[in-house]
Amino acid sequence: MLRPFAQKIVIQAIDVERGEFVKENAVLELHGIYKVFPGVKALQNVDFTLREGEIHALMGENGAGKSTLIKVITGVYEKESGSIFLKGHDSEVNIHSPQDAQNLGISTVYQEITLCPNLTVAENMFIGRTKGALTNWKKMNEQADKILKSLDIDVRANQQLATCSLAIQQMVAIARAVDMDCKVLILDEPTSSLDDSEVKKLFGLMRDLKAKGVGIIFVTHFLDQVYEVCDKITVLRDGRLVGEYDISALPRVELVSKMLGKELDDLSDIKGDKTEVKSDGSAPVFEAKDLQSNAGIKPFDFYIRKGEVNGFTGLLGSGRSECVRALFGADRVIGGTVKKNGKVIKISKPIDAMKQGIAYLPEDRKVDGIIGDLSVRENIILAAQVLRGMFKPFSKADTYKLADEYIKLLDIKTASADTPIKSLSGGNQQKVIVARWLLMHPEYLILDEPTRGIDVGTKVDIQKLALKLAGEGMSITFISSETDEMLRTCSRLIVMRDRKVVGELTGDELTQSSIMRTIAGGDDGREDGNEE
Amino acid sequence: MKSKFVFNKQLLIPLAAIVALAIFNLIMDPSFFKITLGTNSAGHPVLSGYLITILDYGSELAILAIGMTLVTAASGGQDISVGANIAIVGSVILRVLCGTNSRPETLQAPIIVAFLVACVVAMLFGAFNGILVAYFNIQPMVATLILFTAGRSIAAWINNNELPIINEPSFGYFGGYIPGIAIPTPVFITIICVIVIMLVLKFTTLGLYTQSVGINEKSSRLNGINPQMIKFMTFVILGLCVAVAGLIKVSRLSTINYSVIAKDIEMDAILAVALGGNALSGGKFNMAASILGAYVIQFLTTTLYKMQVNSEALSAYKAVVVIILVVLSAPIVRDKLKKFMEKFKKKEVA
Repeated sequence: MLRPFAQKIVIQAIDVERGEFVKENAVLELHGIYKVFPGVKALQNVDFTLREGEIHALMGENGAGKSTLIKVITGVYEKESGSIFLKGHDSEVNIHSPQDAQNLGISTVYQEITLCPNLTVAENMFIGRTKGALTNWKKMNEQADKILKSLDIDVRANQQLATCSLAIQQMVAIARAVDMDCKVLILDEPTSSLDDSEVKKLFGLMRDLKAKGVGIIFVTHFLDQVYEVCDKITVLRDGRLVGEYDISALPRVELVSKMLGKELDDLSDIKGDKTEVKSDGSAPVFEAKDLQSNAGIKPFDFYIRKGEVNGFTGLLGSGRSECVRALFGADRVIGGTVKKNGKVIKISKPIDAMKQGIAYLPEDRKVDGIIGDLSVRENIILAAQVLRGMFKPFSKADTYKLADEYIKLLDIKTASADTPIKSLSGGNQQKVIVARWLLMHPEYLILDEPTRGIDVGTKVDIQKLALKLAGEGMSITFISSETDEMLRTCSRLIVMRDRKVVGELTGDELTQSSIMRTIAGGDDGREDGNEE
Repeated sequence: MKSKFVFNKQLLIPLAAIVALAIFNLIMDPSFFKITLGTNSAGHPVLSGYLITILDYGSELAILAIGMTLVTAASGGQDISVGANIAIVGSVILRVLCGTNSRPETLQAPIIVAFLVACVVAMLFGAFNGILVAYFNIQPMVATLILFTAGRSIAAWINNNELPIINEPSFGYFGGYIPGIAIPTPVFITIICVIVIMLVLKFTTLGLYTQSVGINEKSSRLNGINPQMIKFMTFVILGLCVAVAGLIKVSRLSTINYSVIAKDIEMDAILAVALGGNALSGGKFNMAASILGAYVIQFLTTTLYKMQVNSEALSAYKAVVVIILVVLSAPIVRDKLKKFMEKFKKKEVA
């Protein structure tokens, strides 16, 4: 059994059953898939095989072609050439639309939940699938309940979806997919917004499905999860197939190096130089006292020094983001004071914070970060432009100059500065948002989950960048769900539990176990305290 | 490379429509393009011809299209009260000019005063719509439905339901001709409006902000933009456009008919935005394309009049052409066309 290599909050409770699925009964086979976008060869001669009752991880950096491959399988994109074979079909199958894919028994659950939150669970499960105009509501609810029960999902069929937790919503999406008699289930980053116990439940469900013979393609950025639940790994890089491996034959280090296409110097490098940008006892640049917002966090105190990197840690929903949102004026502040260099300042909306030199990279890139239809260039200059004022637009030439400068500086992979940001890969979108805030030359940069859902390479880039900026005197708050990432970057950690600051760790206290212990707390330690 | 240029430019759709209409007219009757210099009843030189008619009568629509484009971009909805607001503006202008007498011998106030009052009133009504949309989060079409319904009654009420008539010839200059100048005044007014909006878009960040707000309001806010303020502003700007269009409208007739003036013009203004290839759901916009879209509609109307289409049947003919244009400018069709052209190109090369 493989031991996790980098330490993480992993669930070790469940025994992983890795069966021998060497039987060559493939449910889905792809041969020589090509897909070209203007200027980019997204997929070149990619083969992929999924067998019955197998959980197959599809790994690769951003831009490696994972999403494109999945979209080819699900009929969102049409392949340029290559062939797709499905079990039960003698010849090649043609998939021209997501509807086709669904009819062939290929179901997909996307990272973003694509259900209707204002409908009930049962309605969501059956929407678009009732034949004719009449619906037998009672029967539908009964049937939904039956399916939910068989999958052991703890929700009532007539409950409104919006009232369920994210994990349950995700599972309802899976239940919907499974119920469509699927042979192939594609899970695209299903765990990125779930906490550990929720992930545990999801894995249980995946194992059940596997036992029923469903082939599952699992896309994720969490290495631990891959090693916990998958049987096989297919690695893509730059649109090409690197290889297919048995999980036991591919140690984690090798996986990462295969994904990156280089040896792991970079990763170990940054791990090595444990940041000793220690607080030198100088006066804080920004300081908050009894700060409270309408997002439901308890009043908290906070300070940050010049050149310091600190972080908020805690479980999902513990109020990490809400704290920094209050500092930035993103949520309505209902109490407390903020001081800059000892002087009280008033921050009631984001522009106030920006004027004081605070920049905030929001947690949810898609909803709060990018302006999808605007170009990379416009997205980069936006914040700096707003700060300059409405009557002082940058000249077009200036915007190109600035955009090109930052595209180069952060190594943003885009066809041109005029490409709409929405067509970039997640990691590159994130870099654009980082560029946007750097262009503002902030004194204090808040990075809220800057590395969520992006590839390993970019993760390291962003961590390095944060340390570099701190070295140049910028104050940085770094928030991440991955504690090892926090340990690597932060010299001081503020620990949160149940929307309250419960502790602060510095120096020697900065270890996995002390974080775990602080998060779990003494008397009301929750079920998440899975310490090593 | 060339085909990419052709289909990525929004301007090409309205331009192609104009060219198509022009070719159609050229085939049907080349005299369509004849422009003659004559004299009007007052003995002043005037240009006349169908092309002049298009430029002249397309003015109000083009001016409204400017405001409607901004409203659409920022709020992702449309203002359907512009026709009713034009009635209000016209009524206000006449009221100020006539005072209490509905058939005055001389004007009771300078025209510029009447116009400025009208501007203030129109912007106030625009602000009313803007507040409902931006601060109360009501859907634009529902919010503006209020004035759409009430506007013409308010207009009639302003003049006690009388129909004032102005005999002063100088009032007719705005919708007609300035003595000695052969080109209709509305054309100049439109040119001024277009120049103003182009300058505003160049020298302020209004364009970037409205698009930003229209695409992603939450994200815009986190970038320091005040989305509510931007939406509110676009409605006020549309109010200003309404005031200018209203002045032209009442000046053409020197009187007003509350229930008929600028009837259904809101739909044409929205159509102009759509014909310009702009998404009615907001976000990115192309101002020049919207303005051209307005002239496409006028070109079409004039062509149909020229063909002596029965005025009752006119709308049906118009609808057919509009369907074709809207379908052709839909992104899906454009993509298909683009692909088709690329294949075509490849074959040619091979």
